[in-house]
Amino acid sequence: MDFLRPASWEEALAAKAEHPTAVPIAGGTDVMVEINFDHRRPAYLLDLNRIELLREWEVGEENVRLGASVPYTQIMENLRTELPGLALASHTVASPQIRNRGGVGGNLGTASPAGDAHPALLAAGAEVEVESVRGSRLIPIDAFYTGVKRNALQPDELIKTVHIKKADGPQQYSKVGTRNAMVIAVCAFGLALHPETRTVRTGIGSAAPTPIRAKEAESFLNAALEEGGFWDNGKIITPSVAKQFADLVSAAANPIDDVRGTAKYRRHAVGIMARRQLGWTWEQYRGTGRTLEGAA
Amino acid sequence: MRVNFTVNGRPQEADDVWEGESLLYVLRERLGLPGSKNACEQGECGSCTVRLDGVPVCSCLVAAGQVEGREVVTVEGLAEFAKERAEHGGCASGACGTPLDAAKKWEAKPGQDSQTGEGVELSPIQQAFIDAGAVQCGFCTPGLLIAADELLERNASPSDQDIREALSGNLCRCTGYEKILDAVRLAAARQGEAV
Repeated sequence: MDFLRPASWEEALAAKAEHPTAVPIAGGTDVMVEINFDHRRPAYLLDLNRIELLREWEVGEENVRLGASVPYTQIMENLRTELPGLALASHTVASPQIRNRGGVGGNLGTASPAGDAHPALLAAGAEVEVESVRGSRLIPIDAFYTGVKRNALQPDELIKTVHIKKADGPQQYSKVGTRNAMVIAVCAFGLALHPETRTVRTGIGSAAPTPIRAKEAESFLNAALEEGGFWDNGKIITPSVAKQFADLVSAAANPIDDVRGTAKYRRHAVGIMARRQLGWTWEQYRGTGRTLEGAA
Repeated sequence: MRVNFTVNGRPQEADDVWEGESLLYVLRERLGLPGSKNACEQGECGSCTVRLDGVPVCSCLVAAGQVEGREVVTVEGLAEFAKERAEHGGCASGACGTPLDAAKKWEAKPGQDSQTGEGVELSPIQQAFIDAGAVQCGFCTPGLLIAADELLERNASPSDQDIREALSGNLCRCTGYEKILDAVRLAAARQGEAV
């Protein structure tokens, strides 16, 4: 095994071009587990810790440009206003020690359906900026996950920045697990209201081969909110609408039975989370003043 | 490969390090610092917690090559680290942490053994663990001490919720955690009195 330690982003891209099988390591919270347990013996480890720009973020007009290895702790502490859904999701990641090392780039690179950041990214709307010596490109988050632990990266590409839409309305995130800390999601759900475009977006985690949006549920809710004039009158959402939304979210899930839970349970739980989060976010939108931070 | 870094204020050089090796392995097997414990090797238990440039991390998930040129504090150096911090205007305000520059200036003094901790008074958190009876088998203790010490450094009067959250990445299978929570409350109270 060789340990590659590029000092700059350009060096990292050159190393990845030369050794496309090199495994990038930043926080190490996935990669080192596989190496410790002898599940993986890559020929090259590509250390990204020395690359400053991956640990930086910038809040722009419309987007937050989040460096791939900004640790979850920093997201929780510094980006709660701009990225409330992702901040809540970050807070559910493992433990303080892990949140101090791991970042969204690793979640995307691993592309596990159970990655905590994915539902929040899907709901907020995001693009993943990847780069190789051939150039850079932006991959829409909806096109990023291509299969179980598979993503749209080419072998010579590295994840550089995640461009996430700044929240223009309330966002929520919740995760089902057996305890609060150190738990991999049985299933997870994220919801973002986008009052500027009068749309909602969703993200389902750990209940399909990849993280997915519940697009039919979104379309239904968008139409129902428009039809009832809810965005303008700010009335409480009709329970039948909330129920139909929850049912459609459940229907969008495509879970399996495994050690953490059954498919039936997961399908049920994502529906419950969807209904609750619709209630929480809508209460925030209506401006009832109840703070719901940390409801995850 | 060779890895040069600083452990408990002393420059260290580890040779013949395998590229896939963890920081934990280097500390225990190559530098003779067995204070950081090896239990789960997957970041679940926190018993290998150390400070890396001031930040608490699981040393089992840090690749050895990633610590080149960086600063590590293990439980062996915790007492001295806490003492230096107290002498250099520690943190009573409740929101400071250790700046990287401060961490880099810190050095072990001669006459004290960073391998055994001998010759140094215990840190307040270590003393509190003893006084509160928060140690049983002791396996989780080093990681808990590092995590609890860092909590009290940035938050001088943590709520119970703060303590639970700060220690949520450290598993103890003996005590049921109550005595550990007592110890952290005790250390916080003593820290408050001393100010």
